[in-house]
Amino acid sequence: MSEPFEPKIVAFVCTYCTYAGADLAGTSRMKYASNVRIVRLPCTGRISPMFILKALQKGADAVLVSGCHPGDCHFAQGNYHARRRWTVFRALLSFTGIPEQRIRFSWISAAEGAKFTELINNLTEDIRKLGPFEQYHELQTVIETQATY
Amino acid sequence: MAKIGVFVCHCGENIASMVDTANLVAAISEHPGVEICLEYKYFCSDPGQETVKRAVREHNLTGVVVAACSPRMHEQTFRKACAEAGLNPYMLELANIREQCSWVHTDKEEATEKAIEITRSLVEKVKRNNKLYPISVPVTRRAMVIGGGIAGIQAALDIASAGREVVLVEREPSIGGHMSQISETFPTLDCSQCILTPRMVEAVQHPNITVMTYSEVEEVDGYIGNFTVKVRRKARYVRMETCTGCGDCIQKCPVKKIPSEFECGLGNRSAIYTPFAQAVPNVPVIDRSRCTYFKNGKCAICKKTCQIDSIDFDQQDTIETIEVGAIVVATGFQVQNTSLYGEYGYGRYKDVITGLHFERLASASGPTAGKILRPSDGKQPETVVFIQCAGSRDVSKGVRYCSKICCMYTAKHAMLYAHKVHDGDTKIFYMDIRAAGKGYDEFTRRAIEEDHAGYVRGRVSKLYEENGKLIVRGVDMLLGRPVEVAADMVVLATAMVPQPDAKEFAKIIGIGYDEYGFFNEAHLKLRPVETATAGIYLAGACQSPKDIPDSVSQASAAAAKILGLFSREHLEREPVVATVSDSTCAGCWGCATACPYNAIDQRDITDRNGNVIKRVASVNPGLCQGCGTCVSFCRSNSIDLAGFTEKQIFAEVMAL
Repeated sequence: MSEPFEPKIVAFVCTYCTYAGADLAGTSRMKYASNVRIVRLPCTGRISPMFILKALQKGADAVLVSGCHPGDCHFAQGNYHARRRWTVFRALLSFTGIPEQRIRFSWISAAEGAKFTELINNLTEDIRKLGPFEQYHELQTVIETQATY
Repeated sequence: MAKIGVFVCHCGENIASMVDTANLVAAISEHPGVEICLEYKYFCSDPGQETVKRAVREHNLTGVVVAACSPRMHEQTFRKACAEAGLNPYMLELANIREQCSWVHTDKEEATEKAIEITRSLVEKVKRNNKLYPISVPVTRRAMVIGGGIAGIQAALDIASAGREVVLVEREPSIGGHMSQISETFPTLDCSQCILTPRMVEAVQHPNITVMTYSEVEEVDGYIGNFTVKVRRKARYVRMETCTGCGDCIQKCPVKKIPSEFECGLGNRSAIYTPFAQAVPNVPVIDRSRCTYFKNGKCAICKKTCQIDSIDFDQQDTIETIEVGAIVVATGFQVQNTSLYGEYGYGRYKDVITGLHFERLASASGPTAGKILRPSDGKQPETVVFIQCAGSRDVSKGVRYCSKICCMYTAKHAMLYAHKVHDGDTKIFYMDIRAAGKGYDEFTRRAIEEDHAGYVRGRVSKLYEENGKLIVRGVDMLLGRPVEVAADMVVLATAMVPQPDAKEFAKIIGIGYDEYGFFNEAHLKLRPVETATAGIYLAGACQSPKDIPDSVSQASAAAAKILGLFSREHLEREPVVATVSDSTCAGCWGCATACPYNAIDQRDITDRNGNVIKRVASVNPGLCQGCGTCVSFCRSNSIDLAGFTEKQIFAEVMAL
């Protein structure tokens, strides 16, 4: 049998809540799967759907978007914009055939290091079961070889 | 050509024990654009920072990545080091390989691989960083305090005494707020008027304070250091400049039977009135809705009475535009309308009153001159029942929070009653006694031990009238049996609620509010005085129920924050703000609707003859807080956020 598949997960997080929550997991020496790569942004409101598509194109098997809980946004409303965008984007995803399980949206506060740890472990486990996102990665190769810029 | 320096920190053993730093250095050194890659035990130490600075100078680095701890920890440290070495401090990124790598993983190989990827992606980001410069904003060193209660007065006095100008805006005809209605204050039993009135006078006479009473804020524009506030000065129909406050007009006014707001309806006022005798300023106003002259053009007795011709029926509201650099919101609270509790009979029985009514009854300047007389027949009540938490801590009908002051004022009421009616009897129905505060628990003990306040733990279920008595039925939870008290008067410890128009006001001024309408602070624990809008501060019970000491403390804290802001002529802000590309902006204003700070305006682009060619979005860097919501909203990719540009983030993602 081949080696167990290790997915690559890209996380887009806001600096005020989830990034701080991930830092807290670190300072509390909690342990989680090493598959996640965190991209720090000021606010979930800054996260464009294009970032998610680009991450998937470039080899990510799953994407996590996480910010402050509703009502807790440092910028008052950024996470509401992110949530609305996600609702619309989700519909588009299923239309284009990208499985929804590959994108996870969550709220993690600066105090929720344990929740962050749990989320990463669960997500990693789920994606391991789901397998690599090869269809999409292959598509990227097609684009790169055929496209004339 | 990019010349990036990468500095891999061991953080003692913290990073080095889980990340193979030699491997990391080897991998990063080969990455295109990396000029130099060094490792060291502690880069945050003095010799560590020196190493970074030396490398910046010797290699003419164009960007720096420090692979170490969280940017929340040492970003400022290394920004400063870069600046000292002559590199723009924003050409730095921290790769977090400690909190988010070495500390959370257990496999050295995996952790090393992750550290390489994190560092590499930030090298790609930093290659695309732009030089940024702090934004300098001029500061108008004048403050506005909205609300002339004790919190507002305190804030105004503190700012003014430090030599800065203050405009104090109050919508009632007099400053003083709720504190002026209170008889005595816990836990010292100081007469409220006696300690408040000198402060009111001091505020109105202070050379640095402009008091605007009977005035309301209508519009707030601008940003920290540069607010423009429009204030409506309501017509008093009495000339402030000449009126001496003799009170002849009030005496002669024939419309006398108007329930006084200040007396909570327990006393009357005339159509021309000052809310209370010690009002500051002592200049009456005419209540247009009740005045006979305004109704049918007859009467004008006040005008005839006034010997210095200070009555002016033709006065109009005026709008004043005031420039200020900072604002304190101290708009206070209201008491809840307890008639929503049918079982307490408030509104149905005259002798069921609120705590604020009791204050007026106990006040020496009140409608009964300080005698405790019940409203229905003016007799002295022999048994008084107090019901605590009448509205507070009630999930189903009232408000969920604790109003904080009621335990204390009920104990005070029981004491004041015992001091005035020596053979009287009190029963206090309570859920818990919350007496946390300096001298507070001692105070409630004193009420029980010296003034025989009869505390009954339990709730009241029903209240009805029988033979001229109010029968209060409840339960004594400690004894586990029902109780029935025949009372002459019932006092409800009503919940403190936000001002009825608090939410509308919050929208005018641009601050957040909670589910009830109390204004939100920037951080409940660490920034309790600031709002999320820079330059706007909170004081007093408009934020949450507070007693006088808490309100005064917060007011002084707000004043201190403002004086800090006013200590410089310009203030410097982080340059993480959005910018618009004029050439591609299509003027759809999607960004303007997305912006939580109203930081995006429309700007005309004109040709040399002054003709408008195009109208584009324009970000006000003073208001922009750098969240980037507009950037992801923009349909034509015309807005970008400094420090987190599209280019930077895509590069970061692609290198992962």
